[in-house]
Amino acid sequence: MENRHFDVIILGGGAAGLTAGIYLSRAKMKTLIVNEGTAGGQMVLTHEIANYPGVESTGGYMLGSTMKNQATSFGAKIFNNSKILSLDLTSDVKSIELARKGKFTSDAFILATGGRSRPLNVPGEDEFKGRGISYCATCDGDFFQDKEIIVVGGGNSALEEAVSLTKYANKVTVVHQFDHFQALEHYIEEAEANEKIEFIMESEIAQFYGDDKLTKVKIENMRTHEFTEMDIDGVFILIGYIPNTELFEEIVELTDRKEIIATRDMETNISGVFAAGDCTAKKYRQVTTAVADGTIAGLAAVEYLSNKK
Amino acid sequence: MTLQTNLPHVETAEDLEKLINENENVMVCCGRMGPMCLPVYDIMDELSSEYENVKFADMLFDTPEAAIIRNHPACASFAGLPFTMYYKNGKVVKATTSIQSMEQVTEILDDKFAK
Repeated sequence: MENRHFDVIILGGGAAGLTAGIYLSRAKMKTLIVNEGTAGGQMVLTHEIANYPGVESTGGYMLGSTMKNQATSFGAKIFNNSKILSLDLTSDVKSIELARKGKFTSDAFILATGGRSRPLNVPGEDEFKGRGISYCATCDGDFFQDKEIIVVGGGNSALEEAVSLTKYANKVTVVHQFDHFQALEHYIEEAEANEKIEFIMESEIAQFYGDDKLTKVKIENMRTHEFTEMDIDGVFILIGYIPNTELFEEIVELTDRKEIIATRDMETNISGVFAAGDCTAKKYRQVTTAVADGTIAGLAAVEYLSNKK
Repeated sequence: MTLQTNLPHVETAEDLEKLINENENVMVCCGRMGPMCLPVYDIMDELSSEYENVKFADMLFDTPEAAIIRNHPACASFAGLPFTMYYKNGKVVKATTSIQSMEQVTEILDDKFAK
């Protein structure tokens, strides 16, 4: 059982989790990083990162891959694609049970589970995922060459990707629930100036239809509650992210947006449990801020363990 | 050209034909180095030691040779990467589009390629 005990277990292998892993393993802490997906987190969604200080420009995948290699080179162990069956954060010796791998214990935990694309949660969404519905414009844009598509959302990502998707699509319709956008002015100006882009404001998609693949959507006007149908080849849903905190809902203190409440030293309300990155309550979500959170959480965990001994 | 993964790579349509005809159970993930594809490669890499009765491989989507997968009737309605193919005795027995979880992949492997 000895080799199943770690000083710190980190949940999440994005920028925050990997950074915490680098700092902890460099400080000779026995560290396990448990990741439900693949290492890199939201970073790998970004084609190019040009605002990470010290690196002129790099791919999100490459930056994530380098962080992973740094963490493992210092001794951190990483489990990817791991499903969490149970979690005990409140005991003095904390534990986690993983499908296919069994139970592991630790003296401290860092929660860095990040976020995921927010779904619309309307009928037909699961059925047509990959068959007309996508959450990644850079991945699937070229399947819609000369087609008509919808982009759902009104933030920076939605408007930026709507413009980017006009490289492929004949026509892009932006469907947004409010009468105004939440994006920065230059994203709005660029989208509005693009002749291939049309806008349906104060509206939401209520249902997806098709046979083998998506062919039609039902749209509800949020002001009049009238429904219209539109023939469509593809829909990109870019309405932001939700924090991956369901697992801690009854255990760790969360905001009403389900984000983990952490102190400046990234401590949660539970002794020995720290949090970092996009799953925490904060205003700005960038790779740089996740790295900063991960650094603080890692160092705070080292201090916590030193004081405990 | 090949993908930067730890999996064996299929480079040509001929290679794929040979692989599926010489092995009873084969799983091939055809994609790019993107966020929807990388998790599937990782899952296959992890499962390759556990499912010794299955041959795992990947193929770069953006090569003319990958038309053998892109244009397969099982993928006719697909519009999300990666295209993941499961072959038994040379025939496609299952195909999936877009990202898949460990549970989804193992469910298919257990169903189609029972040990």
